[in-house]
Order: sequence, then structure tokens, then C-alpha cells
Amino acid sequence: MSTHDISLTVDGTTEELTVESRTLLVHALRDELGYTAPNVGCESGKCGACTVEMDGDAVKSCTVLAVQADDSDVTTAAGLAEGGLDPVQRAFHDEHGLQCGYCTPGMLATTHQLLDENPDPTRAEIRTALKGNVCRCTGYGNVVDAVETAAERLSDAESSAEPAGSEGERDQRAEPPRPEGED
Amino acid sequence: MFPAEFDYERAESVSEALEALERYADADVEILAGGHSLVPAMKTEGREPDVVVDLDVPALDAVNALDDRTVLGALTTYATIADSGAVRSTVPLVAEAASEVGDLQIRNRGTIGGNLAAAHPGADLPAAVLASDATILLRNRDGKREVPATDFFRGDGETAVEPGELLAGVRVPHADGGGFAYAKKTHPATGYAMVGVAAVVETDGGGDGDADRDAGGEGTVSSARVAATGAVDRAVRLPSVEDALVGDPLDSAPIDAAASEARADIDPERLRADASASAEFRGELLEAYVARALETAADRAAGDTPTA
Ligand SMILES: Cc1cc2nc3c(=O)[nH]c(=O)nc-3n(C[C@H](O)[C@H](O)[C@H](O)COP(=O)(O)OP(=O)(O)OC[C@H]3O[C@@H](n4cnc5c(N)ncnc54)[C@H](O)[C@@H]3O)c2cc1C
Ligand code: FES
Ligand code: FES
Repeated sequence: MSTHDISLTVDGTTEELTVESRTLLVHALRDELGYTAPNVGCESGKCGACTVEMDGDAVKSCTVLAVQADDSDVTTAAGLAEGGLDPVQRAFHDEHGLQCGYCTPGMLATTHQLLDENPDPTRAEIRTALKGNVCRCTGYGNVVDAVETAAERLSDAESSAEPAGSEGERDQRAEPPRPEGED
Repeated sequence: MFPAEFDYERAESVSEALEALERYADADVEILAGGHSLVPAMKTEGREPDVVVDLDVPALDAVNALDDRTVLGALTTYATIADSGAVRSTVPLVAEAASEVGDLQIRNRGTIGGNLAAAHPGADLPAAVLASDATILLRNRDGKREVPATDFFRGDGETAVEPGELLAGVRVPHADGGGFAYAKKTHPATGYAMVGVAAVVETDGGGDGDADRDAGGEGTVSSARVAATGAVDRAVRLPSVEDALVGDPLDSAPIDAAASEARADIDPERLRADASASAEFRGELLEAYVARALETAADRAAGDTPTA
């Protein structure tokens, strides 16, 4: 068995810890570091309750080794709150987009990536984006309403905050260097 | 649920990875890419490697679009492939298949190399690389090896990758006009394809103008490549469907005739069956999804719908 010293930035705090090779990111976050927003549901990559953002991407943290996350920036659903609830969290609250709340941290993390990339999604796009997040109790109607409301509020906030015409270009992933394997 | 204990080693270049594979030649070694097949297998399917070699090689996470071909590095994620303008314009079928994989979180982590190397019988990318006539690029300590996609898939979880070798990337030639499509019937529980059909149909003498469509022709099929995943233990080409298309215009009657050949190349004994679909039903799905893929490809060849 091997152990590894890794460093993670979680919700803005830099954490150094030692993990076993087999430690999963969700357990490092919950059991080692005490960040209990990501929940453990199916443990097999299907339910999305453990979703966190890793370097801006929603990932299922039960299916990532903690050592693979070394040096990455992790945001849990709790880390999304800015003082009070953030607009996405508030919209889930207002639209009653949850019942027991078990799936909610994962829903929030996925919604964040969705709205980052697509600030004005259709209902169909919302459902497609949340395909990997399973809710056992409230159903999806209110969840989709909540995401729609969050999108509207965020775009209203943006248009009142920014001068007209400042819609910047979205970040384009730079084309990476030539792959190995062919030269 | 925890994986059993194993030693972990991170490789930051291809040579480091190959060197580690050689060093552990006598051990049970697994290469780790996105981990979205391997980690679940280590939790629930009794996969207990001694050593895991993590590919953390930036050079393998790359899209390189050239004049006549596009090379995708093994570590390129589905999300990158599906969103890349270069992939969508040069090899749109691969982008379309990548966008059909699993869900948003899976697409953020899973890689094309892992998908092809894992060779799940219902995986999406194998059908796309077969229908694209792609070549799989392998690396070992002695150099390189290239395997046509048609020789790469050997069975459920079995490929041409040999011990000590790694999959470096995939070279996909650009199609020459015509249309393409990936049509998938998603397994309700797993997300993989119950049946998925990828098609690339090249046409000539027609084209993409409205005048041509008004005249009722989309051109004559000069070549067709159709591949299915989910139906048997590996992704396969469907040569009888392909042969039935060539030489005819790409419209509804020839498509129906070609789709009716969908089962001609498949031994009914080999059709997969599980709790969601019997072998017989998968056979029906195969025919229906061949027709769907060809209809979409025909619409695109005629310029009726935007490309992926
Ligand atoms: C909930 C869920 C839903 C999914 N749905 C789909 C779906 O709809 N369609 C689909 O196609 N897949 C689906 N998958 C599988 C997913 O796409 C996997 O990510 C993929 O098949 C494997 O890619 P990976 O990068 O995660 O590889 P890993 O899991 O890291 O590796 C898989 C295997 O390939 C080997 N390997 C990896 N990279 C290389 C390499 N470069 N050279 C040699 N060997 C290598 C590994 O040793 C291992 O044996 C799903 C997975 C999950 C968990
Ligand atoms: S607990 Fe991670 S996806 Fe269900
Ligand atoms: S609110 Fe209970 S699982 Fe979704």
C-alpha cells in the first residue's frame, strides 16, 4: 500500500493531507477534512449526490481518487454560498427544489457548471445537464423551475451590473499542443 | 465501498508511463485515465490490481486537426471533444458520439482512450471510430504501432492493446462530403448504448444545394461506413448495410432496404441480452437505429439540418 501527501484547495482553503492510494475524493473531503456537503449515495458514479466542482468541472467525487485531485481546486456546494445563500441556492429554496435535500449539494454543483457555460438554458437543456443527478424524493419539476429561476436572476443581475455591449467573449479553450503518438 | 489496496504511481510523460509498465511487468498493472470505468470496477467488480499507473500526461490531452485528418490524444475528455470547434468541424461524428456518453459529470472526466481501451460492449466511441475508419495509435518501449479500428476490438473488454503498451491516441480521417450520424438507444440504467449506430455516408453527383433537393436527389452514395455498438460483445461494422447503400441515391427507399440488412452480418446467437432487452428486441432495435442513423445522415447530406 502506498500513501501520498496531497494538497487541495477546498472552498478557498488550502488543505494538505495524506491519503491512501485507494482513498476516494469524497471520503477525503468528508472524513479527512470535514467538508460534508458532498453526500455519498450510490457510490458507483450514477446518482450524483457526491458531485463537486474540480477546477470548474462538475465531477462525481466517489469516482475520483483523492490522489488524482492533487493540486486541484475543489468547490463543494457549501463553498458556493457567498455570505448568505448564492443565487442558485436561493432559487432552490424559493422554488422548493428539494425535499430531504440529500441530492441537493450535487444538483447545485452541476447547476453551477451549467449556468457558467450556458447562462440561458432551455428546460430541455436543464434536464439534460442534470441527467447525472438523481433525486429520490422531490421529483424534477421544482428542480428545473429552480434552475430556470436562478438563470433568470443571474442574467438580470448581470445586465444591471454591466454596461451595455460589454458581453465579453467566452473563454475559449486554447487548442492544446500537438499530441504524442503521431509525428 | 472502497477499492482494495494498491500501489499508485503517477506518470507525467509517455516514456515515464512505459517505463513504469516495464518495471511492473510481473505485477497486475492497470493504467488509469479518467478512472470512470476502472474505479467503479475496483469498488464493485472485484478488480484488484497491484499497481495503478496514472496517466497525467498533458501531451495526450490534445486535439490536432490537420488538412485531411484529426488526431485526438488518448486523454482528451468527452467534454473537450464534444465542445471543440475543431473536432465538430472536421470529425463531427466523433463529437456527436462523445456528446452522447453518460452525463455531464462523466463527460468531464472520461477519456476517448479509456473508452476505447475499456471496450465496453455498449460504449459509444468504438462505433464512432469504426464508422470513421480511424486508426488507433499505440506506443510501447520499442516505438509505435498502428492498428486500424476494424482490428482493434476483440471482445467484451478485449482489445489489441498488449501488455506494456498504451493507447496514445486516435487518428480520424476527414470524410469527403455527404452526411453522418450517431443514433443511440440509451440503456435506462447504465447510460451505455442498448444499441448505438454510427454512420458516415459519402455522396457524389448531388450536393447540398436546395435546387438539388428540389430535384429530389441527394447524390449517389459513393461509400458508406456503418457501425453498431451494444448489439454483440463488441462494436462491429455492418458491411451488408454498407454494400446495400453504395450506388443508390440516399433517400428513403434505399435506406429502408439497407436497414433491413442490419441483422445480416450478425449471428443471432451472439446478440446480447440483459434485464432491459432480450436478444430479439436488440435485433429489432438494431434495424430501427440503423434506419434512424441513415435518415439523419441523409438529411445532413442534403443540407437539411445543421451539422453537430
Ligand atoms: C455512470 C456511468 C455512466 C457511463 N455511461 C457511459 C456511456 O453512456 N457511454 C460510454 O461509452 N461510456 C459510459 N461510461 C464509461 C465512461 O465513459 C468511462 O469513463 C470510459 O469508458 C473509460 O474511460 P476512462 O478515461 O474513465 O478510463 P479508465 O476508467 O481510467 O480506464 C478504463 C480501462 O482502460 C485502460 N486504459 C485507460 N486509458 C488507457 C490508455 N491510454 N492506454 C491503455 N489502456 C488504457 C485502463 O487500464 C482500464 O482498464 C459510463 C461510466 C459511468 C460511471
Ligand atoms: S455517490 Fe457518487 S455518484 Fe452516487
Ligand atoms: S430532495 Fe431528497 S433526494 Fe432529492
